[in-house]
Amino acid sequence: MILSDLFQETYSALFVNKARSGLTILGIVIGIGSVIAMVSVGQGATGSIQSSIEALGSNLVMVTPGFQRTTGFQASAGRGSAQTLVLEDAEAIQNELSLVKNVAPITSGRYQITAKGANTNTQVSGVTAVYSDVRNLQVDLGSFISEQNVGNLSKVAVLGPTTRDDLFGENSNPIGQTIRIKGIEFKIIGITEAKGGTGFGSQDDMIYIPLSTAQRYLTGSKSVSTINVQAINQGSMTILQEQITSLLLSRHNIIDSTLADFSIMNQADIISSASSITNTLTILLGSIAGISLIVGGIGIMNMMLTTVTERTREIGLRKAIGAKKKDISAQFLTEAIMLTFIGGIIGVVLGWLISLAISHFGGITTKISLFSVLLAVGVSGFIGIVFGYYPARRAAKLNPIEALRYE
Amino acid sequence: MIECKNITKIYKSEAGETNALKGVSFAIEDGEFVAIMGPSGSGKSTLMHILGALDSPTDGEYLFDRRDVAELSDDDLADIRKNKIGFVFQSFNLLPRATVIRNVILPLIYSGVPKEEREKQARAALQNSGLDESHFYHLSNQLSGGQMQRVAIARALVNNPSLILADEPTGNLDTETGEIVLETFQKLNAEQKRTIILITHERYVAEHANRIITIRDGVIVGDEKNIKKRVVNYNHL
Repeated sequence: MILSDLFQETYSALFVNKARSGLTILGIVIGIGSVIAMVSVGQGATGSIQSSIEALGSNLVMVTPGFQRTTGFQASAGRGSAQTLVLEDAEAIQNELSLVKNVAPITSGRYQITAKGANTNTQVSGVTAVYSDVRNLQVDLGSFISEQNVGNLSKVAVLGPTTRDDLFGENSNPIGQTIRIKGIEFKIIGITEAKGGTGFGSQDDMIYIPLSTAQRYLTGSKSVSTINVQAINQGSMTILQEQITSLLLSRHNIIDSTLADFSIMNQADIISSASSITNTLTILLGSIAGISLIVGGIGIMNMMLTTVTERTREIGLRKAIGAKKKDISAQFLTEAIMLTFIGGIIGVVLGWLISLAISHFGGITTKISLFSVLLAVGVSGFIGIVFGYYPARRAAKLNPIEALRYE
Repeated sequence: MIECKNITKIYKSEAGETNALKGVSFAIEDGEFVAIMGPSGSGKSTLMHILGALDSPTDGEYLFDRRDVAELSDDDLADIRKNKIGFVFQSFNLLPRATVIRNVILPLIYSGVPKEEREKQARAALQNSGLDESHFYHLSNQLSGGQMQRVAIARALVNNPSLILADEPTGNLDTETGEIVLETFQKLNAEQKRTIILITHERYVAEHANRIITIRDGVIVGDEKNIKKRVVNYNHL
């Protein structure tokens, strides 16, 4: 029996029972469709979290101050208020380490901002000119803080779009106007482009001023709150992290690395820990959908068993005219696989439509990967084999004499 | 071409052993038209299953074209059925929702005949069995009983088997259509020298053959040769 005969037999067998075949296929369609849709939601979440982390900049190593741990006495100050990192640390990193591309130290705090009667409470970051490169920040209107601004202790400010909207109204152009931070007047020189960051602190609700100005007029100290270090490439991040650690330890005269008065976060670490959360989410959603796939598979088995019983005489006849066991089992197995395969293809299309609908109406990012499609089609074929095997074997094992006599 | 030597068949069940055949021996030559006759429970169905390679005897030798088939595996038996035997059943056993042609083609699929040749062979077999050409592409469940049995005969003929085995072929037909079917067998035997074994419980049907082997309680009780063939009287039709 050649393959094209097998397909013709299968086609006519399935076509004869249109309603039953259709309903059985529907079970697989729902199973595969929900797997595709659910996994696309999970992978979409992974993708959007990763892109918002990547929006922080690329190849970033972030050094933040921490309290110095001393034996017997625990400093109770919170991490944010610790003042162990200073501008000279940033300069040392820039000058002494070769894997460094840019260093952007910042000092930040929340202040009440007023402008023409409107007021808001937001994050004010003292930055240097390279900050926009390091953090991937684009300027929409005007210009960013320049080296000159930092050198001159200029009282200028660049606003994030959300802050601008809060203080001056949506999509207005406030360049040249002034705002007051802690009572000190700053002239607005630029507006940054919206990044739409979510979760990890919006970079849109932010005010940037020169670092030197912030240290002099706002914090009144030499300390910085974060040193953003950009590595020359992704591969050097881990080594760079180690180099910064040993450099800062020696600068701070700390011998035991467990007593370090700073901590270093690697962007890759943040991404991987976020990914592990969203992967768990994907697996959870996928396995819930997988249950419906198994139910669909049982539907296939049920239909095939009914079919085998119904067609007992036909099986007997086929055996009488010379069909071997393998011919019979191939025929029924092909029917089962064909059902799941058709269901799998329709299910992929349905799942794709559902995920489009979810992202269109639900506003959730979804992402269909080739992998999940291949997986779904593979799984549906596999289910056909698994759930079709038993009925097919039962058909093949029928005794031709008894099968012919079957009423 | 067929030789049975002391064939026995014992069925074992929970109720005990049933001795369906108790040492049956006979030989059938090429081109013979033999009826195996016996009442129900005589063992004729069991004998038919063994002759048709659907079952193996418990003991004894069954030579088909000088080859002992008593000890063959299921798959080898399937090969014998495929290449050497054509079956005609009482209840026709056609695929109901397939066309006449498709039904006749079915054995050719299993014996690996190339697609292009199948339809030609099927049409030849259908003409041989006397079915009118206008029915070739009808669905088989739209035919009358007599027409269905002709399709079944064509299906048995299509592989050009050395033996046609007909199990109560007239059992589901009225007398008149039954006559026509039996006449078809007579014609195939007389004109094409085909070997035919006809299983029946009716003397009247058996008398269409040239030889009648009578079986009762698992043993052969009679073997009449050179039967004066009953000729169908068409005058009343």
